Amino acid sequence: MAYSDKVLDHYNNPRNVGSLDKGSDKVGTGVVGAPECGDVMKLQIEVEGDTIVDAKFKTFGCGSAIASSSLATEWIKGKTIDEALAINNTQIVAELALPPVKIHCSVLAEDAIKAAVSDFKAKRAEEASKHTEGAQQ
Amino acid sequence: MQLPIYLDYQATTPVDQRVLDAMIPYFTSLYGNAASRNHEFGWKAEEAVDSAREACASLIGASAKEIVFTSGSTEAINLAMKGVAEMYADKGKHIVTALNEHKAVLDTAKHLERKGCEVTYLKPGKDGRITREMVESALRDDTILVSIMWANNEIGVVNDVRGIGALCHERDVLFFTDGTQAVGKIPVDVEADHVDLMCFSGHKMYGPKGVGAFYVRRRKPRVRLVAQMDGGGHERGMRSGTLNVPGIVGLGKAAELCAAELESEIARATGLRDRLEEKITSRLDQVHFNGSREHRLPGCLNLSFPYVEGESLLMGLSGIAVSSGSACTSASLEPSHVLRAMDVGDDLAHSSIRFGIGRFTTEEEVDYVADRIVEVVERLREMSPLYEMVKEGIDLNSVEWTGH
Repeated sequence: MAYSDKVLDHYNNPRNVGSLDKGSDKVGTGVVGAPECGDVMKLQIEVEGDTIVDAKFKTFGCGSAIASSSLATEWIKGKTIDEALAINNTQIVAELALPPVKIHCSVLAEDAIKAAVSDFKAKRAEEASKHTEGAQQ
Repeated sequence: MQLPIYLDYQATTPVDQRVLDAMIPYFTSLYGNAASRNHEFGWKAEEAVDSAREACASLIGASAKEIVFTSGSTEAINLAMKGVAEMYADKGKHIVTALNEHKAVLDTAKHLERKGCEVTYLKPGKDGRITREMVESALRDDTILVSIMWANNEIGVVNDVRGIGALCHERDVLFFTDGTQAVGKIPVDVEADHVDLMCFSGHKMYGPKGVGAFYVRRRKPRVRLVAQMDGGGHERGMRSGTLNVPGIVGLGKAAELCAAELESEIARATGLRDRLEEKITSRLDQVHFNGSREHRLPGCLNLSFPYVEGESLLMGLSGIAVSSGSACTSASLEPSHVLRAMDVGDDLAHSSIRFGIGRFTTEEEVDYVADRIVEVVERLREMSPLYEMVKEGIDLNSVEWTGH
């Protein structure tokens, strides 16, 4: 199977590999996929206000899965949460020229963004409810 | 040392120059049809075919009359299984094979099931091996055929062929073994090993592609088959079609060389295989060995690198030809059925790499490949969420994954 130049580039020089402090209130973590399916992506975002100021990933998966998650972190950095949520897997497919058998990698990357955002929103909601409770007491 | 490095000898092998040299004249000057009985072009071709038949027979302890030339193992497997099932339909309809057989056997078995046969698919042990006891437990009064490969193409495990063969002869059941990975690599003796039918392929033993030999026992018992190719009655009626004379000459030469160099090649390949494993496992933690340490081919090593996906590993090994049991490298998007059958676990199957060592592999190549493997696995583990979780003390089996 031949890989596109962009997939090779992300594989050889992955952007934003690493981890953020998952305990931090500002950080949302999404882990999607399963080891027995051959791919697991962990994508994390750090949010200030409504803006994603940092993003990191770690991926167990094929080269296309690594490239999809690397690209996703690159795209969401500096975007607002809503802008990040608007990213669609077909945009990833087009950018990386993924063949049909690799489309699931792009779907997983989209899911990872959504999972990280929803983790962050859950944390924020919890935080807000703590404050409300605190105010009532 | 030159790149690319070929470490995929179970997939195919290069044609040995000595084999090619023997073949060349049969394309351009000695091009007769071996079935032409009335001129010297035909006689020369027939002589060459006879001598190749002797070489093939001698390599496996058979007599020349028991060798049928085919296009390769897939054809011979079809002929063996369908030919027996049709010929012995009155005697029974039960066939015993195993879950980790080559797809050529499994697909033929499925075909026979659709035609009314009943097939038992044995599950190998954790080491991937099929034993006499496993076969014995599956035999029935109406069993007509046992089809168990000699050595497995993915993990190199050598089955208990002698034990299974003896059992089949005691129980009056025909025994077919796919010898594609074994013949020319380890000692094979159809008499001592009680084999009734066996196939092997030229291109796995430094001969050309598109040619193979099929052993059909002539006495004790005399095996009969229903031909699957109708035509001119070549090969004692078992395989019609003009003989591929240059290919057959090449197969014969390849068999002769394998026989002459068997002992020294076993020692050399075993040494390189063990060197490769040692150089990898001494520098990487948690490497999983797939197969049987005791019963295996000299030139095959199958390892899983947990927390690293196989295809991404292959991608990092540019310039090195190995293969992986990962789903991402197969057309079916399913991880290796061989590793699944021995309960390796899908996660480890996705992380598996097969290293195939052969006649032209050098120590320098093995050392280079080991270095590259260590480097790429370390790099990919650094970006693996699974490796990170394990380092944090998380049990991956306790995690609720979101499958897709």
